This record gives sequence, structure tokens and C-alpha cells, in this order.
Amino acid sequence: MSNQPKSSLPVRLLRGFAMFWWDFLVGDTPELFVATLVILGVTAVVSVAAHANGVAVVLLPILVILALSGSVARAVRSARR
Amino acid sequence: MVSIAASSPTGLAVLVSAVFLACAVEMVEALTIVLAVGKTRGWKSAMEGTGAALVVLAVLVAIFGPSLVKVPIDALRLIIGGVLLIFGMQWLRKAILRSSGLKAMHDEDAIYAETVAELEAAAGRPDRDRLAFVMAFKGVFLEGLEVVITVITLGTSAHRLGVASVTAAIALLLVGIVGAIVAKQLSAVPENAMKMAVGVMLVAYGTFWTGEGLKVRWPGGSSDVMLLVLVGIYLAVTWAAIAVIKRAARPVEVAA
Repeated sequence: MSNQPKSSLPVRLLRGFAMFWWDFLVGDTPELFVATLVILGVTAVVSVAAHANGVAVVLLPILVILALSGSVARAVRSARR
Repeated sequence: MVSIAASSPTGLAVLVSAVFLACAVEMVEALTIVLAVGKTRGWKSAMEGTGAALVVLAVLVAIFGPSLVKVPIDALRLIIGGVLLIFGMQWLRKAILRSSGLKAMHDEDAIYAETVAELEAAAGRPDRDRLAFVMAFKGVFLEGLEVVITVITLGTSAHRLGVASVTAAIALLLVGIVGAIVAKQLSAVPENAMKMAVGVMLVAYGTFWTGEGLKVRWPGGSSDVMLLVLVGIYLAVTWAAIAVIKRAARPVEVAA
């Protein structure tokens, strides 16, 4: 038996909206969410702070490939366990 | 620096392809649920649920769409680039795992049968069917929200919101017409191949806009050339990943 009061409609709508974004951006691949934040941070440091445009041009796609490969490798490992 | 990746015919073709394929995939998924609800519990509540979801989506677009224009372009591109990177990598990861046999293919027939079984198990079938309404609403709203996000992110960052919206409308209309004719043969749609193509394009766009937002000056002068280069790189990586996984071991089926 639960004595918790039922949430109002706006609260439920807001919670549902927040849940959608959580599922959309994080979901079952939190490593991709974290990796994207790292990619943005590293590229910002290289491009904006260090003004190393050539490095940023090469580094950005490489970081994306590493993030994707890491996530796929994680899924492959857990599938074979 | 302002470079518009969809200002040339090539850039425009990439934008239209990405929006069309992404919207078609989402429409197939939404339509499968609506067809299952309609055939099992009656079309009245299924259509009411679908209509209500479309109205809520339209209201959300009307509220949030115009406010996006006021966000500074570099900040907008950085946020959009980040969202596209996450979304694109999720799609691409799923497509790679499916193509290499490590994940079950997305089967619309199975989803259709599962939805029908769930609805048939529920007792009663009143004139106003709350369960049918909610299921149709949820299916259309969630898939529709992904369509809206795809159109707004790709359209606004390329300054081609009109083209993206019209392309999405055509994709939804075409899939809707074909779906209504073939009814439950939606499994014939090569969804994984479409998902892979969209994933590659979303990751390419995500990389491009993230770079633009962080003041990266892409080489070549023409931005759409860089976009095509990125598409080529990610396509090659995707094929290589599938080949490596297939060669490495025998496929093991895992839950979707």
C-alpha cells in the first residue's frame, strides 16, 4: 500500500519530458554521452585555447572514431560474455 | 566565419538524404504501432491517439521552434553538433552490431505481433478505448519527437529549415501511404541499411557542426567537400568494424 500522493499533471509531463531526454541522450550507451562531452572539451582546448586548428581538424574525427569503436567493443565484449 | 554546409547541390543532397531516411525510419516504427493498435482495438481510438500526439508535437514545435533562432549561431551549432554526435553514434553502433550478427535485426513483424498480443490480453473493448489511445499516442509522440529533433537540428544548423521540413513531410507521407497499402508488411523495409546510412550522415554532420561551433576552420574552403570527406571516413570505419567483428568470432545473439 502506498501513501504517496499522486503527482499533478504538469509534474508528470515534466518528468516524462526529462525521461525522454535522458533516454535520448544517455539511454543504454552512457559511454557515448560521456565520450561526446570529452570530445567537445578536448577540441575546445585545442581549437579555441591553443589555436591549433590543424590539430583540431585531424583530432576531432579521430576522437569520434575512438568513441564509437570503444562503445562497439564494449557491446561485443558483453555479448560474448 | 560562416559556412553553410547545405548551400551547394552536394551539401543539399546530403541534408535531404539524412532527413528523408531518418524520418522514414521513425515513421515505419510509429506506423507499425498504430497499425497494430488499429487492427486489434479498432481504428477510432488509434486515430484519436495519433491525432492527439500530432497536435502536441505541433504545439511543441510552435513554442520552441522560433526561440531557437535567437540562440547565437556558434552556441547553437555546438549544442546541435553534440546532440547529432550522440544520436548518430547510437544509430551507427546499433547498425554495426546488427550487421555483424551480434544484435537481432529490428523486426517490424515481431513488434507488430508483440503489440497485438499485449492489446488482446487486455480485457474489454469499450467504444472509447483508453489503452488503444495511450498506445497510439505514445508510439506516435515518441517517434515524432525524434523526427522533430532531427528536422530542427539539421535544418536550423544548415539554415535550411524549410527544406528539411518539406523533406520530412514527404518522407512521412510516402511511408504513410505505402504503409496503409501494404499494412503489416513493414518488415520488408531495409531498416538497418537505412539506419546505417543515417547514422553515418548524422555523425558526419555532428562532427562538422561541433567543429564549426568550436571555431575549427575546415580545410578545402568549401564546407560541403569536408562533409563528404567525413561521410567517406565514417562509412569506411563502419564497414571495417563490421568486417573485423564478423571475422573475429561466430555471431552470438543478444537481446535487443
